[in-house]
Amino acid sequence: MEWLSLEFMQRALLAALITGATAPAIGTFLVQRRLSLLGDGLGHLAVAGVGLAFLTGTAPLPMAVLICVIGSIGIELLRETGRASGDVGLAILFYGGLSGGLLLAGLAGQGAGTLAGYLFGSLLTVSAADLWVIGGLGLVVLAVTLGLLPQLFTVSADEPFARSIGLPVRLLNIVVVSLAAITVTVSMRTVGLLLVSALMVVPVATANHLVIGFRTGLLTAMGLGAFAAVGGAIGSYYLNTAPGSLIVVIAIAVFALSWPISQVLQRRHRPIVEVEDPVDPIGHELAEAHLHEHSEDCGHLVVQHADHLDYVHDGHRHAAHEDHYDEH
Amino acid sequence: MTTGSPSTTSGDSVVRAASVDVTLNGIPIVRGATLDIAKGEVVAILGNNGSGKTTLMRALMGLIPHHGEIEVFGTPLARFRDWVRIGYVPQRGSILVQQATAREVVASGRLGHRRFFLPESAADRRAIADALAEVGLADKATYPFVRLSGGQQQRILIARALATGADLMAWDEPLAGVDHKTQELLAGVATRLKSKGTTIVMVLHELGCFRNLIDRTIVLADGRVMPPGYNHHDHEHPHAGHRDVHGGHEVDETERPRTHRTGLEVG
Repeated sequence: MEWLSLEFMQRALLAALITGATAPAIGTFLVQRRLSLLGDGLGHLAVAGVGLAFLTGTAPLPMAVLICVIGSIGIELLRETGRASGDVGLAILFYGGLSGGLLLAGLAGQGAGTLAGYLFGSLLTVSAADLWVIGGLGLVVLAVTLGLLPQLFTVSADEPFARSIGLPVRLLNIVVVSLAAITVTVSMRTVGLLLVSALMVVPVATANHLVIGFRTGLLTAMGLGAFAAVGGAIGSYYLNTAPGSLIVVIAIAVFALSWPISQVLQRRHRPIVEVEDPVDPIGHELAEAHLHEHSEDCGHLVVQHADHLDYVHDGHRHAAHEDHYDEH
Repeated sequence: MTTGSPSTTSGDSVVRAASVDVTLNGIPIVRGATLDIAKGEVVAILGNNGSGKTTLMRALMGLIPHHGEIEVFGTPLARFRDWVRIGYVPQRGSILVQQATAREVVASGRLGHRRFFLPESAADRRAIADALAEVGLADKATYPFVRLSGGQQQRILIARALATGADLMAWDEPLAGVDHKTQELLAGVATRLKSKGTTIVMVLHELGCFRNLIDRTIVLADGRVMPPGYNHHDHEHPHAGHRDVHGGHEVDETERPRTHRTGLEVG
């Protein structure tokens, strides 16, 4: 455990913890809006900010935050007016950001090696000043996502309804993308700009498997993200690899483990199917004797049939009748 | 049920529209719609697919741009801020929820009353519980919304509108794709709202279970409000007897004449 006494490791672990918790928090809203890959695009855009910082000799983190937030607001306004509906425009913007960043870094005399620390994370590069910025911005992201959770949820779930109750829809949409942009750039020292999107999406998908409820899911995803980020940072110290790759591999491994659990949970929450034009049951046909007692959570497909529920069992619909089941 | 003739005095008008045009992607969808819905009325907007009834409702709710005048509770839509008085139910299917519970969806109906960064109040929690109970889904509060049946999802969306405590309900196709039992349940909900004096505007394909509680129908055909007596199922020959069917409607049309006067007309 000698790494705990290393100052750069303490900073790296704190940065990982903050990143791991914030990325899934904002990612939950992006996944809800089917914008899972927006984080990836914003990461590309942030590379331009890093390149520009190299060229102008300023600190990379604030510059990347600035470029990325401006870009994200521009994207949102384009999306709102319907002009960014084709994804080609976004692709050009994002790859423009990546190539521009690489070009600017090259012009500044920085090789691809320096940039790799930002693309895939690097434990050694978290300075004390960076940690303050990461901590401050992470706090802002968490305060806003948790504080405005019901509003942001409503806007991303049902925009027309949100508008109808008078929520400032445009402002809240801009808040979501700006927070996503901040989260992406804050993550560049730990998980890296090319892999941060995974941390925004994978823990959310895992939580989706494990728990019910938007708020519960968001909090669970934060915990899973923090676990993967801290675990990956510690592991990469021993393996001497870029932390980003290990963080994402851990997150995906946890996702894979959650799969069988979700299958069991989903069986219990199968939707009730309705018979469109129910005909009242004809006759009174006894089902074969069976000991199983059907219930809404028993895993058998439930069909709403006129005024009662049928359970699909061995290709028949069983309806409870006094002490036995009828075939419907 | 009477058709047409708004039983309004101008003072208690809840929704008023005059010569409203809505154009989507360059295509006129609603044309010269004029209507007046009074406090406590239950009004159905009827019409065939593509007649512009949903578009008209979305324009009345301020969700899409329009030309012409719309007033809600006596205030021009552009200056209207009292959104908590409207309980809107959009068409089911537009809502994107992955894992939200039924209660979380209903709870968003309270956001017009809640301030940013502050938690739910006791009144909010009561309104949410009451709304869930009203649609008979109190036992499904913690159930994932996406795993409910179509009819149950529709009931949750109605509950979300009820939770607003609004005195104007605007329901877009509440009966679409829901089973008969749910239709009857929703008719019961609407009847209780009506007895409390709530104004209800519904876009419907067919009157169905709502037949007995609807005071008046507004029939749309090809984006226009049809005159009283027009039966939207009687449309095989929409241009036959054009003058007879349209009657006084032509008066509104003169605001946007389609043919230029030649100057040679008599009288």
